[in-house]
Formats: sequence, C-alpha cells, structure tokens
Amino acid sequence: MVIIKDGRAITDEWLHLDDEAAIPPSGQVTVSLLRWHAERTALMARPDPVGLRLEAGDAPDTIADDLQRFPLIVLSFATMADGRLFSLARLLRERFGFAGELRARGDFIVDQIFFLSRVGVDTFEPTEDISPEAVGQAITTFSVLYQAATDEKHPLYRRARR
Amino acid sequence: MYQYDEFDQRIVDERVRQFRDQTARFLAGQLTEDQFRPLRLMNGLYLQRHAPMLRVAIPYGLLSTRQLRMLAHIARTYDRGYGHFTTRQNVQYNWPELNRVPDILADLASVQMHAIQTSGNCIRNVTSDPIAGVAADELEDPRPYCEIIRQWSTFHPEFSYLPRKFKIAVTGAEQDRAAVQVHDIGLRLVRNEAGEVGFAVLVGGGLGRTPIIGETTRPFLAKRDLLSYLEAILRVYNRFGRRDNKYKARIKILLKETGVAAFTTQVEQEWQQIKDHLVLDDTEIERVKAHFTEPPYETLPAELPGAVAQRTESDPAFAAWFRHNTFAHKVPGYRIVFLSLKPPKVPPGDLDHRQMDAIAELADRFSFGEIRVTHNQNMIFADVRASELHALWTELREWGVATPNINKATDIICCPGLDFCSLANASSIPIAEEIYSRLDNFDYLYDLGDLRINISGCMNGCGHHTVGHIGILGVDKKGEEWYQLTLGGSSANEAALGERLGPAIAKPDVADAVTTILKTYVELRAPDESFLQTVRRIGITPFQEQVYGHH
Ligand code: HEM
Ligand code: SF4
Repeated sequence: MVIIKDGRAITDEWLHLDDEAAIPPSGQVTVSLLRWHAERTALMARPDPVGLRLEAGDAPDTIADDLQRFPLIVLSFATMADGRLFSLARLLRERFGFAGELRARGDFIVDQIFFLSRVGVDTFEPTEDISPEAVGQAITTFSVLYQAATDEKHPLYRRARR
Repeated sequence: MYQYDEFDQRIVDERVRQFRDQTARFLAGQLTEDQFRPLRLMNGLYLQRHAPMLRVAIPYGLLSTRQLRMLAHIARTYDRGYGHFTTRQNVQYNWPELNRVPDILADLASVQMHAIQTSGNCIRNVTSDPIAGVAADELEDPRPYCEIIRQWSTFHPEFSYLPRKFKIAVTGAEQDRAAVQVHDIGLRLVRNEAGEVGFAVLVGGGLGRTPIIGETTRPFLAKRDLLSYLEAILRVYNRFGRRDNKYKARIKILLKETGVAAFTTQVEQEWQQIKDHLVLDDTEIERVKAHFTEPPYETLPAELPGAVAQRTESDPAFAAWFRHNTFAHKVPGYRIVFLSLKPPKVPPGDLDHRQMDAIAELADRFSFGEIRVTHNQNMIFADVRASELHALWTELREWGVATPNINKATDIICCPGLDFCSLANASSIPIAEEIYSRLDNFDYLYDLGDLRINISGCMNGCGHHTVGHIGILGVDKKGEEWYQLTLGGSSANEAALGERLGPAIAKPDVADAVTTILKTYVELRAPDESFLQTVRRIGITPFQEQVYGHH
C-alpha cells in the first residue's frame, strides 16, 4: 500500500501485529488497543517503539496517560461511512494532546482526506493507491474553513475580517 | 437577507469544482456506485424511480427574486419545466441528467445557492419560522442564528459522516411554526429570569419510522455557547449513535436507549470541556444580524385602506382570499400574504418555471424582492402594503397561486409517493387529489376551519403524516395500495403524534373515510372548536365508529 505523508510517498517502517502473532523481541510494531491493555508491561519492556491501532469504537480515555509513548497511532477504517474516527482523531489531538503521527488506514476515499486532515490526520494509507499530488489536492479542496478544528484553533469569524 | 462575502462565495464555487470532478470520475468508472453514493448524497442527488432527483437548499426558507428566477431557469433548462417545493424548505428537481448536475450547481452558485448537505448522513439545511422577522409574536429574529449554524455545519470536518441525517430547526416566536419539537435539535429563542435572550434546546425529536417528540436537554443556553453546545451534542451522537441498523441510527434512538438524563449528562460533560474554546462572539452575531435588517417600511395607518375594505364587502372571492391567505404584520399598514401552492389538480408544492418567474416579478413589485417558502409547501410575500392587496391578488390569481385555502383541508402536505419515489408503498398525490375534489365547496371548506391533512407514501414520512391532524400513510398489502389513517397529530406548540384510527383502508375508500371523519367532526364539535380540539376532547372512538361502521 502507498502511504503518503507530508506530500511524499513513504515506506512503512512498522510491523502491524495481528492479535494472534507473537511479539518479536525488537523492531517497531503496532498493536491493537486490546493487546496494548493486555500486554502493556511486556510491550513497554521492549527496546523499540510501539505504535497503536485504533478502531472506530475505541475510547481514547483509557489510554490518555500512555498516549505520548506512541510515535504512531493508526486509525483503522473498516468502512468509509463510519465517522466515529473523525471524532476520535480530534479528541486524540485536541483533548489528549497526542503529537505523534496519526495515520488513516483502510477503507476511506480521497474525498475524505480534506476532512481527515482537518481533524489532525497527517498520514494517509487508503485501500486504493493514491499519488502524493492527489492527497495534496484533496487537502486543499476548500480554501475557506468555517469551523475551528484541529488545524485551526479558531472559527473563520475570528481569523478573517468579514 | 444574508449576502455572501468572498469567503462564502469561494466555498460554493469550490464545491462546484469538486463535484464536477467527482461526477466525471464516476462517469469514467473511477468511482464505484458505492463510493459515489455518499458524495452525491451530500449534494442532494438521489437516484430514484425515473431519473436522478436534485434537492437544492433554500436556507431557512428565504429567497431573493434573483434566486427564484434562477430556480425557474434551472427548471426550464435542465428539467421538464417545473420544480417541487418541499416540507423542508428545499426545492427538488425530478428530471435532471447526472452529467449536467455540475452545471446546475454552478448556476446556483452564481446566485449564492447550493445543494450542500441537502441529503446524506450529515447536518442538513437548517429550517426556521417562515414568517421570521415579521411575526408579531417574535422575541428575536431566528434567521441570523440559522445562518451562523449553516456556516458552522457546512463541511464540518468531524460531523460529515454521522450515523444518520441530522436536522436542526430554530424559532424565535411563541407560536412554533418551525416544528422544533420534531427535529433532531430544536432551538427556541427564550428569555431567562435575568432577562437575557438565549436558547431552549430540544433534542431527539423526529418523524419518519419512529416518530418522537424532542426532549429539553437545556432550558436555557447563552448565545455565546450556541456552537459549543451543538458541537457537544453532535460529538456524543457521532461517537455513540447506533450504526448497526439504519432504522435505529437517528439521535432520537440514542436518546431513548441512553435515557434523557444520562444523555444530557454526557452532553454536559463534553460541553464543559469545549465551551470556553468555541465561543460565538457578539461581533459575529452582530455581523450576521446586520444582514437581516428591516426593509424600508413606510409609515402607514393601521386601518385597512378604504378602497380595500370596500372590496372585501363587494367582492366575495377577494374577501375569502383576504381572510384566509393574508395575516397580520407587526408593522401597521402591511400584511403577510401566503401564496397557495395547493390549487386543484396540481401536486402540492409544484410550480412551473413561468410561475416562478411571475412570482419573482410580483415580489419585486409588492414585497421588497423577497420570498419565503414554508414547510407546508406554500410561499409567502412577507411585506405587502395593505393598500396593494387587491392589485396583488388579481395577479396572483392569474398565476394560479391565490387559492384561498391556507391552513384549510385542501392545503394538503403530500410527498411524491409512488409516482416518483422508489421507496413508496403507495401513491400519495392521487389520494391528495381525490380528497381535494371532495372539498370543492368553499363554504364547507371554511366551515371546517383550520385543518392539516398530511400524506406520505411510506413510513419514511416525507409527508409528515404523523403530525397531520389527519395523517394518511401508504402501506403495501400483498402488492396493493392501502392506507393507514391517524388522527390528532400536530407539529405546532402542542405537538403530538397522531393516533391510529384502525385497520388500513383500501385505496378506493380513503377519500370516503376522510369525508366521513370531517362529517363526524361537524356533527360533534362544540361551538368554535377546531378539528384538532374536537379530536382531543372526544378521542378517536366516535370517528372509528363512523368510518368502520359503514364497512
Ligand atoms: C422522491 C424522492 C424521495 C426519496 C427517495 C426520499 C427518501 C426519504 C427517506 C429514505 C427518508 C427517511 C429517512 C429516515 O428515516 O431517517 C425521508 C425522510 C424525509 N423526507 Fe424524503 N424522500 C423523497 C422526497 C421527499 C420530498 C419531496 C419531501 C418533501 C415534500 C421529503 C421530505 C422528507 C422529510 C421531511 C423527511 C423526514 C422526516 C424526519 O424528520 O424524520 N422527501 N425521505
Ligand atoms: S414518504 Fe416514502 S414514498 Fe413518500 S417520498 Fe418519502 S420515501 Fe418516498
């Protein structure tokens, strides 16, 4: 899969571990929230970073204290219509101050990238391959942003002279 | 009315560009139907029985004559010459071609209109009181807040993929003409004990399959907190609303399953976290309010001018129209005039392009160039000088929009039903026409008083049957069209859902049943008692006996 970050295609340097797969002694891995809760101590004892994969129904509150340990959080889209991840992204960024890489992965389409980038997603890995140019265009689909969100702290009425 | 600035204009222009690209990709096979569906829906584009249907927003029901002329142009150029005004202050075109929809959107953008979020699982066109700003019972004009909410909800990055559609209505008046109790969120401008004006917030009302009256989650919300509180409700809904079953996905179900108290607490907690970060500034309220200033009214005597008063004596047709289609205005010497889009033998809410152009021309001459559309599928000239009523009436009559039946039994709300809609169980327009034809005697019509008959072709309830004084719902019985009747519904202040009259009725018998119900009312009513009051006083049993006793 192509992964686009900061206008470039990047290679995935993470191993995304299934819940059943054994944890390798070293190397960067991402795990599900379930596994993080179950095997937190063992995962933290490893020398290399651990990232987290979140699904639409996952509650961010349970990991608030751990968030800064994760260089990467992957938001897994099972279906493009499930908008819960948009709220989750904002909460991670705005409420819990997550500053690492926030990656959207799975079933979403280029037309959603505008919204995703507004709620703090900075890396895109859609099911269908996409070019860095297409991502760049999608992010700038609209040049006017009425609302405050993760990207803009204030609504348009505070940012612009109207 | 609100005028776009460069920012508002840029958004609709960029939307046109985006949709042009999406449509081209779909037609070229680069987007699947599944991928294209949510994108087209967010532009109000349905694929229905015969052709696509395009729904265009008329934000809070307000149209300039320039905009109405554009709607006429679109009907003429891209459709079969007419448009359909709906119960949600939208206009629908039933016959556009998909590849021309981007051009339609471009035409709309040129007059500050759009189809953004008129369908799909997002925040829909915000609706309001159709006589906002001229109503005598108004605490404050709700439209500036509608516009503020329109901007806040347009392409909201967090709330564009909700579990289900989301409708917000705002009213500023004592009499609820915006049906705020049957919306996902209903906002009512109120004054608190300290004398400040803010909002009472109702959540979880709705029609459709599971009709429910909304619950108050906040009796008073300060204006500064409007957007943060909305955002809190939407966030709770977006995160916890059901997504496993589309018939249980509206916020009303979440509210019911969570319990009002627990839901309110959840919203309150979320709100506390964000309320100081998202403040609606006074300067923004004032900026938007400045667009809704009064037109340059003249100082006129309060009494009806002699010549007009005389006409009401000498010309019964004019008198009937004056009595039933015009209403008191807060400014002396002016009247609010309703245009009836319910003449005989025309589907409720339909206008052809010539009528639209003519209405625009008349609004320029008689009502400061503005038109309102109502959720009862009629139109309003809000500011007509009483001295010009007769001249206006003469012209409206020529265009077929002066039928003197506002709020009467032939002012029927009706969805497209089987004639256009692929979801329909039964036809609705022919039922409306049949009932209408039984009510051709105006004396009888007026004797029946205010009466709301609402018809939907299936339980999705586009025709608001559950809040009709008489509700008629099409059901499918082994491939035949049958109809379930309800009595006593209302979406006004004393909102209520209609009560089922009894077993469904076969199509040929529906108009008879309605006739019987009306006759029963006339026999049993107390002096000066409206249909709704009678039903509430005596219950539905006497009506049941009459309707089913005959069979
Ligand atoms: C012809 C194509 C149409 C289709 C396919 C269609 C489809 C639907 C569907 C599926 C629903 C149910 C949504 C739900 O349960 O959440 C619905 C609700 C609704 N429709 Fe339509 N509709 C059409 C035309 C209309 C028209 C012409 C009007 C206005 C006259 C209208 C007004 C409404 C309203 C007000 C509701 C919402 C009731 C509520 O608040 O839940 N629709 N429509
Ligand atoms: S109520 Fe049913 S039949 Fe009527 S327009 Fe809505 S979906 Fe179609």
